[in-house]
Amino acid sequence: MGEIPWLSIMTFLPTVVAVGLWFINDEDPEVVASNVRGGALLASLATLVIAFGVWTGFGIFNHFDPTTHEFQYVEHREWFGAGGFAYHMGVDGISLFFVVLSAFLTPLCILASWTAIKTRVKEYMIAFLVLETLMIGMFCALDIVLFYVFFEGVLIPMFIIIGVWGGPRRVYAAFKFFLYTLLGSVLMLLAIIAMYYEAGTTDIPTLMGFGFARDMQIYMWLAFFASFAVKVPMWPVHTWLPDAHVEAPTAGSVILAGVLLKMGGYGFLRFSVPMMPEASAYFTPLVYGLSIVAVIYTSLVALAQTDMKKLIAYSSVAHMGFVTVGIFAMNEQAVSGAIFQMLSHGVVSGALFLIVGVVYDRMHSREISSYGGLVHRMPKYAAVFMLFMLASVGLPGTSGFVGELLVMVGAFRANTWVAALIATGMILGAAYMLYLYRRVIFGELVKDELKSILDLNRREVLVFAPLIVAVLWMGIFPMTFLGPIEASVANLIDNYQAALAAAGSVPDAHVLAAR
Amino acid sequence: MADLPIMTPAVPEMFLAVAGMVLLLLGTFVRADAAERTVTKLTLVAMAAALGLVLFLGGGTATAFGGMFVTDGFAVFMKVLVLLGSLLAVLMSREYLAQEGIGRFEYPVLILFATVGMMVMVSANNLMSLYLGLELQSLCLYVIAAFHRDSLRSSEAGLKYFVLGALSSGMLLYGISIVYGFTGSTGFAGLAEQFATAARVEVGLVIGLVFVIAGLAFKISAVPFHMWTPDVYEGAPTPVTAFFSVAPKIAAFALILRVMLDPFGPLIEEWRQIIVAIAIASMALGAYAAIAQTNIKRLMAYSSIGHVGYALMGLAAGTADGVRGVLIYLAIYLVMNIGAFACILSMRRHGDMVEGIDDLAGLSASNPRMALALTAFMFSLAGIPWFAGFFGKLYVFMAAIDAGLYALAILGVLASVVAAYYYLRIVKIMYFDTAAEPLDRPPGRTLGLVMVVAALLVTTFIVYPGPLVNRAGEAAASLLAG
Repeated sequence: MGEIPWLSIMTFLPTVVAVGLWFINDEDPEVVASNVRGGALLASLATLVIAFGVWTGFGIFNHFDPTTHEFQYVEHREWFGAGGFAYHMGVDGISLFFVVLSAFLTPLCILASWTAIKTRVKEYMIAFLVLETLMIGMFCALDIVLFYVFFEGVLIPMFIIIGVWGGPRRVYAAFKFFLYTLLGSVLMLLAIIAMYYEAGTTDIPTLMGFGFARDMQIYMWLAFFASFAVKVPMWPVHTWLPDAHVEAPTAGSVILAGVLLKMGGYGFLRFSVPMMPEASAYFTPLVYGLSIVAVIYTSLVALAQTDMKKLIAYSSVAHMGFVTVGIFAMNEQAVSGAIFQMLSHGVVSGALFLIVGVVYDRMHSREISSYGGLVHRMPKYAAVFMLFMLASVGLPGTSGFVGELLVMVGAFRANTWVAALIATGMILGAAYMLYLYRRVIFGELVKDELKSILDLNRREVLVFAPLIVAVLWMGIFPMTFLGPIEASVANLIDNYQAALAAAGSVPDAHVLAAR
Repeated sequence: MADLPIMTPAVPEMFLAVAGMVLLLLGTFVRADAAERTVTKLTLVAMAAALGLVLFLGGGTATAFGGMFVTDGFAVFMKVLVLLGSLLAVLMSREYLAQEGIGRFEYPVLILFATVGMMVMVSANNLMSLYLGLELQSLCLYVIAAFHRDSLRSSEAGLKYFVLGALSSGMLLYGISIVYGFTGSTGFAGLAEQFATAARVEVGLVIGLVFVIAGLAFKISAVPFHMWTPDVYEGAPTPVTAFFSVAPKIAAFALILRVMLDPFGPLIEEWRQIIVAIAIASMALGAYAAIAQTNIKRLMAYSSIGHVGYALMGLAAGTADGVRGVLIYLAIYLVMNIGAFACILSMRRHGDMVEGIDDLAGLSASNPRMALALTAFMFSLAGIPWFAGFFGKLYVFMAAIDAGLYALAILGVLASVVAAYYYLRIVKIMYFDTAAEPLDRPPGRTLGLVMVVAALLVTTFIVYPGPLVNRAGEAAASLLAG
């Protein structure tokens, strides 16, 4: 040991700062608010620096080795006494970028809420910092109980954020979000306990190599699926998402779409596939089926939306449908593509929610029909919107293209029909996004209340600049990201094939095709 | 001269009983206006001293009074919880009784005698000493439930508790007599030996067992013997409710664990289905009935019924892991419930107690510290990680899964999702709703301190859970070894 526990520092720094912020008090609420905003921003930026350090290894950081699938920056301590659950942290190629994504989006959220949040600023910032701790901790956790604590703990700050600073139906949305996801999670908890008694440990790397009996895998897979499918969310358990997205404040939607949805996909990659390979193979058709329905159905639903946030929320469900197909297609392109798509979607949908937030802050309406012709008053805004809209559609040169292409290639190798059907989602995606863009941005500026609307201010430009860089970077130099992912994904797939071969079950045709 | 019987294991109980009698005398001889204050303080000292004695005498297994009384690691663990619960209850009562003008020196003495009864229950090793402890406890509790004698609700609570309590004691006694009739023994050791070697289980014995379980289930307010709980919790003075919800419940749990696993342990196949059934019924009723409540004390009553269901899961498992789960559960339950009641006791408007859930509206703005503490207790009671309550649930679910009680575990987690709704509703009222007229502030110093300490314990348990988990494990092992 003797190394600096960077992952723990990165995970708990925001919470430590949040506790400190609680004690900021002053007669004047404005003084408190500005101090708290500054403190929260600094804390989240420091976290971001550490996250980049862990990734790139500059300065005093060890270098993250992209050529190995082993967990790095590992920390291991006793937690619940000997033989019990342990405090075990570490990152590999799969989790690394989710950590970076969480650390990347949080400061932007804080910046985006700078003036939009006027009441209870202190509590708001504390909730966001605690949320950041839980998100990063969840992606780093290598003990399944520790993972569960972070995974479910996320519900608490998100519940508060939606319920306190949300829209008119915030109470309904907050309860629905909480209870829906809780219901899925508790079943997973029982599966975790069952795993513990079967394998005698809660250590994730050990569990990955344990090899559970086939019958047990089936039940456990279903229990985990109950949790992750709600989180992703997959059709038909996606109904909490539009409500939560629409009612949440802008920054809440960004985190919800950017990171929280990824927890489901990450869970499939970290638990379902490596720990229950036989069950995963068995249930692949189910996942394909639900994903295809999700892609086509929710795209069509998105076309019919009149609320901008709802439209983007449904588009998230459709995009996550690509991700689940990619994960279960189980070849290198598909899985790397699924991870890349999740990262890309994190940035792009986050940005789209921020874009809606910009006009919402000015006009307090999310109805598409209350806008139109914004390009005349807001050229910068129109350009930024254009970029992210096209990234969402999957224009080459943006991040969306790389993820979708890889998933399509992988899906095609696994199952042609699945590939063909989800391809329609790409077309429908272009339809609803372009249609949205036309209605909001183009046309004549006829509405009186829009005639005085202002373009992006400096702070907003500052929020969008890093997102623009990220989207273009991911689109033009995807190897920066795909490189470190590769080794871990290859290992994941090798183990999966080996487990299926060892089990003696004949791999499905699509798995053979993949090799 | 015959040897004196060895009484060392029972020294804490004897000390506390003597202290109680001395305090009773003292109360009558000291000037009336000073009596209450002096006696309360000395009661706290006596309880703390008893706590010290319990810890000092330690966890070795020993019996006294011809095997009627036993101490072991399990008894020490439970007595510490009971004494802490009583101590905190007396501490939290002081301000309340003064403000309501019902303070009398008998109050702390009654709690003290009830505590002696509970300690005897924890250490009972014979059906007779079990009944003795139970009755000493119950009689004191009936009186303090009705302590606010000018209040109709309080008197009603006391009367209701007494009538139903007497009924359940009768059932218990009837069950004990049947068991005695079939076995010719009331000692736990003798019973265990007979059951372990018996070729078959007599039907009559099972009937006796059912009566015993019914009597004990009443004391822990498990469904279907829960009817008294909401009324008594609502009617009794609030600090008494706080006391009822922790100490007697923990003591009764100690009793039911010891009785079921020690003498009746070999009959687990006979009683497990009963325990599973009442566990499921308690969890379900606790979850659903609480949804419609508007009075926070009533809500806590249903919440406690639900929690009993979860704790019973550990008993249904019938293993050392199960007992450990119950012990961890009860320790955490003690902290979060005391904390929640510290908040409820602080709910005053214009000097009067308010008990409506809606009175908490907007508390997050008017008293952010109390709102935050109550939020922590609510999330903890709901069993959401990272709060301590989650780990209590985790351990009993682990025990249930290990024992193969999958249906029980699945129904349990589903009930916990339903229950999460009403705990969240309180958070919602405090944070999401616009303020009603603000509550008085600040709460008294003692209550504030209890609140903060409990909130910190509940929130930071996750950082250093080892000691509690290990102690509970040792205590559980000592119960099943003896």
